[in-house]
Amino acid sequence: MTEVQIKNYTLNFGPQHPAAHGVLRMVMELDGEVVERIDPHIGLLHRGTEKLIEHKTYMQAMPYFDRLDYVAPMNQEHAFVLAAEKLLGCEVPERAQYIRVLFCEISRILNHIMNVCAQAMDVGATTPMLWAFVERETLMEFYERASGARMHAAYFRIGGVHQDIPAELERDIRTFIEHFPSVLADVEALLTENRIFKQRNVDIGVVSEEDALAWGFSGVMLRSTGLAWDLRKSEPYDVYDRMDFDIPVGLNGDCFDRYLMRMEEMRQSLRIMTQCLDQMKPGPVLSTDPKIAPPRRGDMKTSMEALINHFKHYTEGVKVPAGETYTAVEAPKGEFGVYLVSDGSNKPYRCKIRAPGFAHLQGMDFLTRGHMLADASAILGSLDIVFGEVDR
Amino acid sequence: MNEALKELGELIASELSSAVISTKVAFGELTVNIRSEAVHDVLEFLRNDSNCKFEVLCDVCGVDYPTREKRFDVVYNLLSLRHNQRVIVKTETDARTPVPSVVSLFPTANWFEREAWDMYGIMFSGHPDLRRMLTDYGFEGHPLRKDFPLTGYVELRYSEDEKRVVYEPVNLTQEFRKFDFESPWEGAHYVLPGDEKAEGQG
Repeated sequence: MTEVQIKNYTLNFGPQHPAAHGVLRMVMELDGEVVERIDPHIGLLHRGTEKLIEHKTYMQAMPYFDRLDYVAPMNQEHAFVLAAEKLLGCEVPERAQYIRVLFCEISRILNHIMNVCAQAMDVGATTPMLWAFVERETLMEFYERASGARMHAAYFRIGGVHQDIPAELERDIRTFIEHFPSVLADVEALLTENRIFKQRNVDIGVVSEEDALAWGFSGVMLRSTGLAWDLRKSEPYDVYDRMDFDIPVGLNGDCFDRYLMRMEEMRQSLRIMTQCLDQMKPGPVLSTDPKIAPPRRGDMKTSMEALINHFKHYTEGVKVPAGETYTAVEAPKGEFGVYLVSDGSNKPYRCKIRAPGFAHLQGMDFLTRGHMLADASAILGSLDIVFGEVDR
Repeated sequence: MNEALKELGELIASELSSAVISTKVAFGELTVNIRSEAVHDVLEFLRNDSNCKFEVLCDVCGVDYPTREKRFDVVYNLLSLRHNQRVIVKTETDARTPVPSVVSLFPTANWFEREAWDMYGIMFSGHPDLRRMLTDYGFEGHPLRKDFPLTGYVELRYSEDEKRVVYEPVNLTQEFRKFDFESPWEGAHYVLPGDEKAEGQG
């Protein structure tokens, strides 16, 4: 038999591949059907967010954070607002803290619905997407009723949130909390014991603890290795220290574990939401310090002082004392950090956005090596990548 | 919390006295300023020392101060899961002096250093593959530098004649407007609209 030389095959995956979750181009080197090397080319959705933020006042910069990870917008806002508040050293009213935590958990459910269903879709299951997206729509309605927008809420403010939530919203969120576990059970019935889903996900894309730390993984990716590390517990911000919830961890670090963990995290989010609603008391939702937050609309009708403050807020903006901080929150995808440098003016001097997806996508190469081509999309699905935040 | 960070800062400064320039605790965060040639050694110490154990490199980024002689800051954000502490390590460099790469210590630094190169033109010596990260193929310049205009230099459109996307110098239909509402008596560095007419009248 003559010896046959087999050359490695280079395949271009994306940027318009349905399983690429947006605009990812991956140059894959294949040996037959086995992936030898992956070189992700990112930046196709690069909009220069960090540069734009340097040219905007703090309040104008905030909506850019919705457009990073547009699947869970409010968690990003939270990171920026917390960073600015740290530099300003301002107090946030208690009710605002509860509302923020409530909406961060709503965002977490929004994100995990999207991810679990997209992951299922990547390996061939269409039904979960159709069922769970009804609930996603309900959650977006909650967004709309609080902020006026379904996705890009721009709801958080330095010193609180923009408006109080309407009275009936609390009742409707409670109804949702009662109803949602049955939807989760439906999705689990379709996926958890599903033979195809298991074949595609069990023992695929296994991460070890050392790898996860070395590659800067966070969130579900890190916890799937068995490390119980959650910023909501280890560096509690706002009222997370008053919440009673559990952190699911994985045993094997594979794609299937990550799916199971996300399902459990949604249940824990419901617990946090219930506690928020129970503990919330009426009160102000925005700092009353005129140097930090604009006055209420009602005050402006009668008070000259308030009118001047309003004008100053929407033209000059807040002046943040010089300093720098790295503030991170536990976004649904992992550690979302903002490194904010202020030079004492009304615009951030530098605002570096540390997106969890950026570090996770970098691990794509070592996670996929030696796997089959079809596993690449399963792994990519479980990494939970959204290009808004990876490319910024 | 601040006490523990202060102690940690003193420990780092005494262990690495030749590399550390200063340490500071502000806003509940520890910042360590170091010499640029010692980046690799300092991060290795911070990762391996049992009192530090900063095993996760969260972020590497650049900051531009064009008026300084060494215009760039390179900032490393480290996290210790063991001690639940964070540290910011900062060093200075200019556009010509490379900073030692830390990819051999933290593989995650690979993309972050590529991004810093792409955005600021900060060079990293010993980096395995210092390509552009986020900008377009064939992009020129480093967009996050303070002297790079917000609108950039080129724009692109699909040309019906050439049947491809073409690059053209940026053409603004409206002049770029920079709104600066800082109070004039607090040091705004621009002529107030209307003030130019008063020239020569006083």
